[in-house]
Amino acid sequence: MPKLTIDGKEIEVEAGTNLIEAARRLGIEVPHYCYHPGLSIAGQCRLCMVDIEKTPRPSIACNTQAADGMVVHTDTERVRDTRRSIMEFHLINHPLDCPVCDQAGECWLQIYYMKHGLYDPRMTDEKVHKPKAVPLGPHVMLDAERCILCSRCVRFCDEITGTGELGIFHRGDHSEIGLFPGRDLVNNYSGNVVDICPVGALTDRDFRFQVRVWYLDAARSICTGCARGCNIDVHVNRRRPHHAEGKRVARLKPRFNADVNAWWLCDVGRYHYDFVDAPTRLTAPVRRNNAGTAEIAWDEAVSGVAEALRRYSPDQVGVLASPRMANEDLLALRRVLEARAMRQVAYDVPPPALAEGDDFLLRSDRAPNRRGAELIGLGGDTGGLMASARAGRLKCLWVFHHDLLASGWPAADVRQALDRVETLIFTGTNANAISERAQWVLPAAAWVEREGTFTNFEGRVQRFRSAVEPLGQALPEWDLLGRIVAALGGTPAGGRAELWFRELVRTVPAFAGLSYQAIGDHGQLIPGATSAGAPTPPGRRVKVHG
Amino acid sequence: MAEIVLMRNFGRQDSHTLAGYRATGGYTAWEKAKGMEPAAITEEVKKSNLRGLGGAGFPTGMKWSFVPKTHTGPVYLVINADEGEPGTFKDRYLLERDPHALIEGMLITARAIRSAKGFVYIRGEYVQPWRIFSGAVKDAYDAGLLGNGFDIVVHRGAGAYICGEETGLLSSLEGKKGWPKIKPPFPAIKGAFGEPTVVNNVETIACVPPIINRGAEWFAGLGTKTQGGTRMYSVSGRVTKPGVYEDSCAVTLRQLIHDHAGGVSHTGKLKAVVPGGGSAAILTADEIDVAMDVDGLKAKGSMIGSAGVVVMDESVSIPEALLVLARFYAHESCGQCTPCRESTGWIYKMVHRIVDGHGRKDDLDTILDVAKRGGGTTICAFYDGAIGPYISYIEKFRGEFEALCRS
Ligand SMILES: Cc1cc2nc3c(=O)[nH]c(=O)nc-3n(C[C@H](O)[C@H](O)[C@H](O)COP(=O)(O)O)c2cc1C
Ligand code: SF4
Ligand code: SF4
Repeated sequence: MPKLTIDGKEIEVEAGTNLIEAARRLGIEVPHYCYHPGLSIAGQCRLCMVDIEKTPRPSIACNTQAADGMVVHTDTERVRDTRRSIMEFHLINHPLDCPVCDQAGECWLQIYYMKHGLYDPRMTDEKVHKPKAVPLGPHVMLDAERCILCSRCVRFCDEITGTGELGIFHRGDHSEIGLFPGRDLVNNYSGNVVDICPVGALTDRDFRFQVRVWYLDAARSICTGCARGCNIDVHVNRRRPHHAEGKRVARLKPRFNADVNAWWLCDVGRYHYDFVDAPTRLTAPVRRNNAGTAEIAWDEAVSGVAEALRRYSPDQVGVLASPRMANEDLLALRRVLEARAMRQVAYDVPPPALAEGDDFLLRSDRAPNRRGAELIGLGGDTGGLMASARAGRLKCLWVFHHDLLASGWPAADVRQALDRVETLIFTGTNANAISERAQWVLPAAAWVEREGTFTNFEGRVQRFRSAVEPLGQALPEWDLLGRIVAALGGTPAGGRAELWFRELVRTVPAFAGLSYQAIGDHGQLIPGATSAGAPTPPGRRVKVHG
Repeated sequence: MAEIVLMRNFGRQDSHTLAGYRATGGYTAWEKAKGMEPAAITEEVKKSNLRGLGGAGFPTGMKWSFVPKTHTGPVYLVINADEGEPGTFKDRYLLERDPHALIEGMLITARAIRSAKGFVYIRGEYVQPWRIFSGAVKDAYDAGLLGNGFDIVVHRGAGAYICGEETGLLSSLEGKKGWPKIKPPFPAIKGAFGEPTVVNNVETIACVPPIINRGAEWFAGLGTKTQGGTRMYSVSGRVTKPGVYEDSCAVTLRQLIHDHAGGVSHTGKLKAVVPGGGSAAILTADEIDVAMDVDGLKAKGSMIGSAGVVVMDESVSIPEALLVLARFYAHESCGQCTPCRESTGWIYKMVHRIVDGHGRKDDLDTILDVAKRGGGTTICAFYDGAIGPYISYIEKFRGEFEALCRS
């Protein structure tokens, strides 16, 4: 392992580590545009110059591997001067339209100009003009004038997705990112090019002109789009509620996790948050009876539901849990079931059409916590449960999230089942055909409105944190279920998600030894589980020359 | 005047044919080389002081010795016949008039570096050279010279100067955009299609058969202490007899202009000379007593490059000459690295404005500063080539530029 000195500090790194990464480990940032740890080295932006002793000229840190005894200086006068020049070159043809650019505030041209540029502009000639606001695909918009030609997006489509939609066309200062003839930027991962674009050249059509990034707050979270559980940051706008038509969740961004998703997110997951701020959100408990439909207080809803559960014998009650619920919710539900010794529970409702996975991150199982639901013991015979309902053996049916009328079951069968139960209870975030006819509707907080954990397909338990307050009176499911446990005479684990998790660890052997602290930001595997890590990107599975 | 080695057959009507080549001793060096160990061939070339004639002047034998001896996969020999350097037109003469000299040189080089496949990358505009060279390759196949352990693929470029830069050429050859590659790795380690590759200029390889035939010492003796042999100078511009002239590497620029090219034409008064292709720094009339080898011109702050000599008499406007080159570099920059992509365009705009009568005096300092700041910061030598003229034209002829500027 080579040992080298960077800015007077010694460090030992694995052979093959480049100087940007070696410096990063010492907390020294070598500015760069084209280098990205998940992509091949392009060496094009020329910003990452450092001085290496016994080397006559500054070298690019991205393409220089750490060597034993190497002495590197990242902040000599010559390096600073070179960076200043490179910044000037990057900006001479840039349109400087920051006031109308979505990237403003998180643009690496702005950041590095302030840190490493600060020269007096000398360019007085007409700038090169290029196309602006060019849609590349359903999610991505190109402004070619803002592009600094770092080629990250091109390399992404070549090396990660292997789809090769993008290229750099023309030469010199007329060079331009673009689509190959007949292609659109349509692949499952197209949104990632916006994340890796260091400037405002590629913007997200979903996010464009919605909100200024400096009004955003972020919370660490987990994607709920499928069973992989990609790590994300949820960006929310709490400070300018009048922007973006009141939408609080502005966007989801990938968060690096080498064992799950590396730097990437699929488009299915990235845009899977509209429901959070949709007009269909359930915001207050509802009671529906002959007298009509009324919004009620939680106390009333909790005692009403508890009373309904007590009214029937346990084998007259069926529960359809959901693999979208967090581990904490599922445990709380189990406690409710135990309080009345109810056994008819299942979670597996067939989707209308089987979703397709892909050859990279996206799993065909589009629920984030099927593994958790299974381990917590809520698996059962869904078909049998519905058959009992149709046969009139169930008097009460409690549905979590599912829209049974938009499932893989024949609607007539579902209707028959629903017609025969006396009491229909619904818990979920958004209204659907089931909530519309339920006698009791218990509004649940969306995952970005609370904290909790999911167990991904490999058995990795991952935490998600609260980014915004629950809408209206919605509650985390562990909370509303805990209240029902208490109403049924049991003892809820507590008033925080973590307390439910601790009880899970204590009482369900599959989760033995885990803790919120140990899960941290990286996740923790349940006992006996193994992880294959983030899959090799499709674009890397073929040998590329050169 | 030195012995004519490379152009010795040019006078023959049939110089491009196999029969004509054989009649003047062609392929005897290959016969001899077949009896030599690969390492011995490389050693001979090292001793001959042959240096690359494509532009960089790198010692040829040393380049060959960089190919890893332990490599078990293919090794490629790539001939750079892209000849795009402004003012350079010697390789086309070799391709048209002595194509077998290149083929024989390739056979010997391939043996030295253990290559079974060679590529000849010919400039797209060179239609006639391509036809003639392809015909010679066919004849060499028919005669069994090729196809018995060594094959040649002839590949045509599509008209980009940057595809003459060796790694840009390799990218283009691989079917990609002709973008130079970052080094390391160098081509000798990881070149065409990821395999060790030697890239040499046409003329460089045409020197190999005579070296093998007549010995390294003889060849070294033709040139200077640090560069052996003769080479072909493309002389153009304001001279009475423009053309390609062969002479020793030790010849002076004055001898080339006066003894070979018949002296300065038009006004008859020399103003400036570009000694080594467009990318070489310009020399003034009193700087022409210089030996035309790698080190001689380096000492004068210029370079021999591709030995394209462009002569300008008193009536030539230096700012307009720079404009031509500035337009060329702005147009030909591959656009990959920031300093080159952005400065070549910017400098062109400034020079254009000056020639157009809208220049300001501080433009000259801006050009000089911008040019110098980008130097040594890029992926390939294109930009360092571009700043040669930017800086030297303005520094040596500043008065002429200032006369065009407003205060
Ligand atoms: C911008 C640029 C253009 C070049 N064009 C040519 C060319 O047209 N022909 C050539 O032989 N070498 C050219 N070269 C030099 C090659 O990169 C390389 O050094 C040469 O082909 C090596 O062969 P040699 O060692 O036999 O000279 C060029 C270099 C640069 C930087
Ligand atoms: S692969 Fe799955 S978890 Fe990852 S972003 Fe896509 S939907 Fe979300
Ligand atoms: S120096 Fe210029 S020509 Fe060479 S790789 Fe960089 S941009 Fe391309």
